[in-house]
Amino acid sequence: MESLIIILVGVLTTVAIYLVLSKNVVRVILGTAILSHAVHLLILSMGGLKLGTVPLLGEEAGSYVDALPQALILTAIVISFAVTAFILVLAYRAYQELETDNLGAMRGSDDE
Amino acid sequence: MMNNILVIPMLLPIIVGVLLIFLRTYGRLQAWVSIASMAVTTGISFYLLYKIQTDGILRLDFGGWEPPFGILFVADSFAVLLVLTSSIVTTICLSYALISTSKELQTMYFYPTVLFLAAGVNGSFLTGDLFNLFVCFEVMLLSSYVLLTLGNSKRQLREAIKYVSINIVSSWFFLVALAYLYGSIGTLNMAHVAERVAESGQTPLLTTISIVFLVVFSLKAGLLLYFWLPGSYSSPPIVTSALFGALLTKVGIYALFRMFSLIFHHQPEITHTIIGIMAALTLIGGSLGAIAFNDIRTIAAYNVVIAVGFILVGLAIATPAAMEGAIYYLIHDMVAKALLFLLVGTMITLSGTSKMAGMSGLMKNYPLLGWSFFITMLSLAGIPPLSGFIGKVLISAAAIDSGSYGLLALALLSSIFVLYSLLRIFKNCFWGETIVSKEEQPPLRKGVLWPCLALVLLTIGIGLGTEGMAPYVTDAAETLLNPEIYIDAVLGKIQ
Repeated sequence: MESLIIILVGVLTTVAIYLVLSKNVVRVILGTAILSHAVHLLILSMGGLKLGTVPLLGEEAGSYVDALPQALILTAIVISFAVTAFILVLAYRAYQELETDNLGAMRGSDDE
Repeated sequence: MMNNILVIPMLLPIIVGVLLIFLRTYGRLQAWVSIASMAVTTGISFYLLYKIQTDGILRLDFGGWEPPFGILFVADSFAVLLVLTSSIVTTICLSYALISTSKELQTMYFYPTVLFLAAGVNGSFLTGDLFNLFVCFEVMLLSSYVLLTLGNSKRQLREAIKYVSINIVSSWFFLVALAYLYGSIGTLNMAHVAERVAESGQTPLLTTISIVFLVVFSLKAGLLLYFWLPGSYSSPPIVTSALFGALLTKVGIYALFRMFSLIFHHQPEITHTIIGIMAALTLIGGSLGAIAFNDIRTIAAYNVVIAVGFILVGLAIATPAAMEGAIYYLIHDMVAKALLFLLVGTMITLSGTSKMAGMSGLMKNYPLLGWSFFITMLSLAGIPPLSGFIGKVLISAAAIDSGSYGLLALALLSSIFVLYSLLRIFKNCFWGETIVSKEEQPPLRKGVLWPCLALVLLTIGIGLGTEGMAPYVTDAAETLLNPEIYIDAVLGKIQ
């Protein structure tokens, strides 16, 4: 199961890197969103998958799953949500002001 | 030692920041409240620093969960010295903002965002948990994204897109490194990680993970991977640049010091060699950048890069003297870089251009500004008795003792480049024909030099008062070089 998930993480990362390397701002943002999904899956599989039952006291089980990765992912999801929302607004605002969504046209500075 | 006061440097700015959001239209009130709250934070940091000397390393376990199970804050001298310096610098930058920034900026959540930034910075210094470090980094970065875009010039938006994208990618690397670390040793509490890494003798796998951390923090600190830095540090309003220059890269440097002195210090021939090479390349690249441009803000931004390289030379050598030197220089650099950016910003406001060609003979009309810049220049070049001197001497002496002559040569050469790049500004902008006559000169806004003078006094004070700082810095360096002190303080004595 872990190997399968790791392959999925690899595929997601590949897709994300392809998107991040493109010149269109929206594609880059989508790429970063997929990147964060990939790493969340990675953290999840690092805790081990399907090793036991829910970590509740009173559940009479031989072993419990590690609850920490879930807590980490939850925090990371919230953060990546906020950052993605911010960069989407930023991209929209930049599109309004600069009248381009092409990163190639955003290089350099005004005066050079 | 449990201590609730430890959380205040992070909690107070957050609470005050949230309150200030509701006072949006009262620009001046916001400024005074935020200055007051940072001043209180400064006072508390002084108290903490004093307390650490008598009681040893302090810690606060949130929710009473004993380490390694809960999240905790750990305050050793190194962390608290940086919290103290960053609080002082933030206070002074806020007072500069009160005097100089436009009304629009003041009422567009500038002050709350600066406070959130300060909270993120202080949290990163104090936390004792790697995932919590990630969270504090993100608090700091999100605030910096907002600050970078406030002001709304086209250039800022363009630079912000690059800055945000590069930071999202580096945060991704951070998470990847955390995932691998957790997967291989099953804990994220720094002291516990350090203990387990030491038990395993730092296997090749762990060394590889440490390199991923190195990439992450190098991106944040601008160590070799500084390509994003000059653009984004030279586009926002000057107060923001000063805060970025003084605080943001320093948090990355702090994280590098913590990681490679507390946790991954068992394979120095791999990790510390790489850090040394990266520091050398940073010094070269930063020096070339500092003399290549005519825009004074870009020159100031490249000076940030040089300082990063210089401080990391100290970590690469990692002897007690080098560590002390690096800590002195880190503190000095936070003060001096804020000062440099504020002065450069004042010059730009006065002359309406950031090009050297557009300024000349400012010295005649604004002597105080000129001499402040002169002192800053000397301080950054490392002339005694100013604050840059002691750090440079200690790092150079350590480089000689450990036989790292290449690093020594580059570190000293970079000082000459710093001096040359700033001397160029001084010669072109302050000396020379005064183009604007006494009658036409734009008046210096009242009080705008006070914050700069406060920083000038601070840099002189640190230089002259090195003796008084010495016990704290020695203690900080000792804790960095003897990780077991930190581990014992967090996990309790191991029998």
